[in-house]
Amino acid sequence: MALLKIEHLSKSFDHLHVLEDIHLHVNAGEFVTILGPSGSGKSTLFHLIGGLLKPDEGKIRLNGEDMTGKRGLISYMPQQPTLFPWRTILDNVLLGQELQGKRDEQLAIEMIEKAGLAGYENAFPGQLSGGMKQRVAFIRALLSPQSLICLDEPFSALDDFTRLEMQQWLLSTWTTYQKTILFITHSIEEALFLSDRIIVLSTNPATVKQEFIIPFERPREKSLILSSEFLQWKRELTESIFER
Amino acid sequence: MSKLLQKGWRPAAVLLLLLCIWEAAVHLANIPRWLLPAPTSIALEFGNGFGGLMPHLQSTILLTIGGFLIGCTIGIIVAIVLHMLPGVQEAVYPLLILSQNVPIIVLAPLLVIWFGFGLLPKIIVITLVCFFPVTIAAMNGFRTTPSEMKHYMLMAGAKKTQLFAKLEWPHALPAVFSGLKISATYSVMGAVISEWLGAKKGIGVYMTLASSSFRTDRVFVAIFIIMIVSLVFFGLITAAERWALKWREEES
Repeated sequence: MALLKIEHLSKSFDHLHVLEDIHLHVNAGEFVTILGPSGSGKSTLFHLIGGLLKPDEGKIRLNGEDMTGKRGLISYMPQQPTLFPWRTILDNVLLGQELQGKRDEQLAIEMIEKAGLAGYENAFPGQLSGGMKQRVAFIRALLSPQSLICLDEPFSALDDFTRLEMQQWLLSTWTTYQKTILFITHSIEEALFLSDRIIVLSTNPATVKQEFIIPFERPREKSLILSSEFLQWKRELTESIFER
Repeated sequence: MSKLLQKGWRPAAVLLLLLCIWEAAVHLANIPRWLLPAPTSIALEFGNGFGGLMPHLQSTILLTIGGFLIGCTIGIIVAIVLHMLPGVQEAVYPLLILSQNVPIIVLAPLLVIWFGFGLLPKIIVITLVCFFPVTIAAMNGFRTTPSEMKHYMLMAGAKKTQLFAKLEWPHALPAVFSGLKISATYSVMGAVISEWLGAKKGIGVYMTLASSSFRTDRVFVAIFIIMIVSLVFFGLITAAERWALKWREEES
């Protein structure tokens, strides 16, 4: 069943038409990526889903219920880790839960340990490296009570080495905790490596251009990105993006 | 302790040098005591008159602490209200600045005429000098909350009170503390000025009595006491800041 359903979504700012008639759905437990160039309105789409903006037209449904313009129904991981420097790692991770009600410290500590951050529970974010901070931000999103997690280009600020490592970590964590993920990226490889399904957006205004179901088996290993099948897919996706 | 010694010996040496020059100048030029007493005679007066000074000191310190707490509480409340109501902020902001342009020395006697010789006019004077640095600092702290953090909180469904309590307030805390530090030193001055208005006890009273009877050494005793009290006050706020903002220390 579709957990998230977006129907006929349109949005413009003044005379700038950003999104036009966007249709998409995300099934429960699925990893869906929205792939598009910078400035294609991906972030606007997230703001609409998050309820920060109201669409001109269209509806956003969560579990069949209308959630257009409502906040706090999705969990969110932004581009920058945006950890609060005055909170310890443990308190940071629990922020999403705190906003909605109860804190579950036991699970939080367990997840911090699994993320390879054992011993950092009471450290402050200033003491962590960029990759570690992103892990903490992702755990915060995972721990939030909402079932859908939206990730907005979370690894774009990391170096190549850290990014690859983080992608793999993300996949393994996601398999363990079985949440639904809507992922935004402008990296074709990242999209291919992570997703069950890729939705390619066009620009000005953004529309859904094409949809790909990615057949790679899980769990996926690093070596996948060098396989000929992967490169074949990469070619196909690139062509789809450049095609006018 | 060794750290304090390492950091503190330079200013201490400068201070000592200045006192030595002062002492030497007074003796060499034969300046009369009522005009400018030497540091040694000030110290002597301090030692002799300490017993009589205590009640004055106690009263000033209590007044300072009371005025500081009230002034800073008002300062923080004003900042929060103005932050929550941007429309009111626009309307009231110039008034805040104007409040600081009224010379306290002129205002103080007026306050006595209006409110009598009790505690109220004194507290008003201290509040007036205390609240402003805190209000401005806190408002600035609230305003400079990073937008990406605010954005996260909104996406995560934070209510307005949660946004304030969990993000804007802790983010503004370092700024609030710098405001508090300025206010702490101002509050001692404010207390002394308010005591000039008419009080039975206090360093301000002691000072007025001393200067009107040409006991310049006592005036200097009062000046040094005010300085020491201000420094201690400043130190206490700094200690509280260290304790409240541990995360900043560990970051660096």
